[in-house]
Amino acid sequence: MDSTGIVIGFWVLSGLSVVSALLVLLARNLLHSLVFLVVTFLSMAGLFITLSADFIAVAQILIYAGSISVLMVFAVMLTPLASRDNGNSIYLLPGLLGGLGIAALVGFVAVDTDWDERTGEGLAATDFPGTVNAIGDLLLGRYVLAFEIASVLLLFALLGAIVLVHDRPRSGTAASEGGDD
Amino acid sequence: MSEQPMRRPATPMLQQIEDRPGVREMLLGVPVPFKVFGAVFGLVGALVMAFIGYLVVDGRLEGEWYDVRDLGLAVQSLREWLTDQGVDHRITWIITGSIGGIGIMSVLGGWLLIGSWVERRVLAKFQIRMGPNRTGPFGLLQPIADAVKLMSKEIVIPFGADRFLYYIPPVLIFVPAMLGWAPIPWAPNMNYLDIDVGVLYVIAISSIGVLAVFLAGWSSNNHYSLLGAMRTVAMMVSYEIPISLALLSVVLLTGSMNLGEIVAWQGHYHVWVIFLIPFAAFAFLFASTAEINRTPNDIGEAESEIVAGFYTEYSGMKAGLFMGVELGHAILVGAVMSTFFLGGYTFFGLEEWVPGYLILATKIGAVYFLFVWLRGTLPRFRLDQLMGFAWKFLIPLGIIQAFIVAIEASVFARSDAPALITLGAFGVVNLAITVVLVRFWADRLGYSPAQHRTVPTLVSDGTLGGLKAAQKIRAT
Repeated sequence: MDSTGIVIGFWVLSGLSVVSALLVLLARNLLHSLVFLVVTFLSMAGLFITLSADFIAVAQILIYAGSISVLMVFAVMLTPLASRDNGNSIYLLPGLLGGLGIAALVGFVAVDTDWDERTGEGLAATDFPGTVNAIGDLLLGRYVLAFEIASVLLLFALLGAIVLVHDRPRSGTAASEGGDD
Repeated sequence: MSEQPMRRPATPMLQQIEDRPGVREMLLGVPVPFKVFGAVFGLVGALVMAFIGYLVVDGRLEGEWYDVRDLGLAVQSLREWLTDQGVDHRITWIITGSIGGIGIMSVLGGWLLIGSWVERRVLAKFQIRMGPNRTGPFGLLQPIADAVKLMSKEIVIPFGADRFLYYIPPVLIFVPAMLGWAPIPWAPNMNYLDIDVGVLYVIAISSIGVLAVFLAGWSSNNHYSLLGAMRTVAMMVSYEIPISLALLSVVLLTGSMNLGEIVAWQGHYHVWVIFLIPFAAFAFLFASTAEINRTPNDIGEAESEIVAGFYTEYSGMKAGLFMGVELGHAILVGAVMSTFFLGGYTFFGLEEWVPGYLILATKIGAVYFLFVWLRGTLPRFRLDQLMGFAWKFLIPLGIIQAFIVAIEASVFARSDAPALITLGAFGVVNLAITVVLVRFWADRLGYSPAQHRTVPTLVSDGTLGGLKAAQKIRAT
């Protein structure tokens, strides 16, 4: 964190992400919230770039800013009264509790970590290679079981979604025995 | 009667085109001084070329800053020189980075200056028209005239539009068209963003445009806009998967996600990936036409329809930005297609002689010509056909293709056989598998040929219209 550019980038990006995250909460229109959420995702990707985590940064843009936002768009489209005033929520208290819990967890990690190893001379001593090879080695080596379980889970979620929305044939024995008519 | 020409042109326009003087007739009328000047100019040019060729053969250009085959070397030398002068390294990086960035941006900017003229002229050739030829020499100033017209138009904001979201999409949709150029390698050292996740970067950047399209449709407060946006978003989301699968095949084969290394792999083995994985190249090309809204997949904004899809309610230069970004996307996809499938800046050893960026520009032009060709010849897909083609055809076959390529890549990494034999075998095998799979899958989906009668069935009832009625009218 010695270089001026990194410091400027960090403060601009973190300010942008915090402000847009606040605006996600404060905007009265769901679509406006969605746009601010995308801005938050993009500035988070920028923060990852300042940390030399290129794979995570690109994955953040690809998955969150590119795909999750489109998923939310479809969710908003299927929601009645989406563009009206959405200020009231019955989930205010649970939401606050959940946010406090996450903040406490992150704060605990931040306090608990020994930052001396990762700043100053310790930081200058390490070089930053591309992260793709390391991530690939870990995913298909040490954590291969978790990786495979996650992919099987995602495959089942995909199949489950198809089964849920699949139009069953109305005529024939299977439909009549199923009794979903 | 013998004066009748054997072949009569169908229209006066064709007659006009046939009557134009050919190259020979035009050259006959050139005055002598011009001929002498041209001959001298050509001789001097040939001498200069021979001198450059001598320098290249002699190896004197290798790694020097005036090596025009690789402009990256010049920037690198500038950086070293500035460092030697004691300039602060931050300023050095800002200067050299700006040079590269301006270079990349000027590709898109220059193309927007001339692109719409090129597109309309080439399309006019396909449709036996003249194209824009009134504004300036050969109509070259037509794009500027169009831009001036668009900028001087009134910007109408529809009643009830979401004012905040209405202004974002025309700008946001330009972001992928500009940022997507960054990782494209133009020569071994001319690579503005040399990152290991280049492939993911290309996919990630292109996925931002979806949001812009949706916001444009939503904020206009117009049902046509919203419907156009929804079908465009559905199409783009569907066709991102075949693109990712096609690029996955390339990455598996070449063993790198760095675009520069992918091109270097193709240059090293003197083979283009399109010969090795033809199905992936086809899937990428077809899915890209859907992603950038070009015929045959331009259902999002169909040019022959009156309602302009998701940007119906945009007027003036805002609509102009949406139109301009289609041109920009077209050459960006040409660049990505050339880099992944057509060997990038390499051309079977020609890159030793000709600057790599010129080779890449030629390939981009070739792919772009293919796009215009498709636009001039193919009809448009219906939306359900389009989605069915992605989900029932491109994605399953793409998964099978990626699986086969994974096997081949592991064979390639382990075998000691010459690359010519293994890669040639891969190419033949992949082509055969592609043909068999496409044939089998088309049968499976019910698109087998010769299942439908091609001879039309005439209506037997005389009261109906059609051919019978026409014959009756003719008889009376």
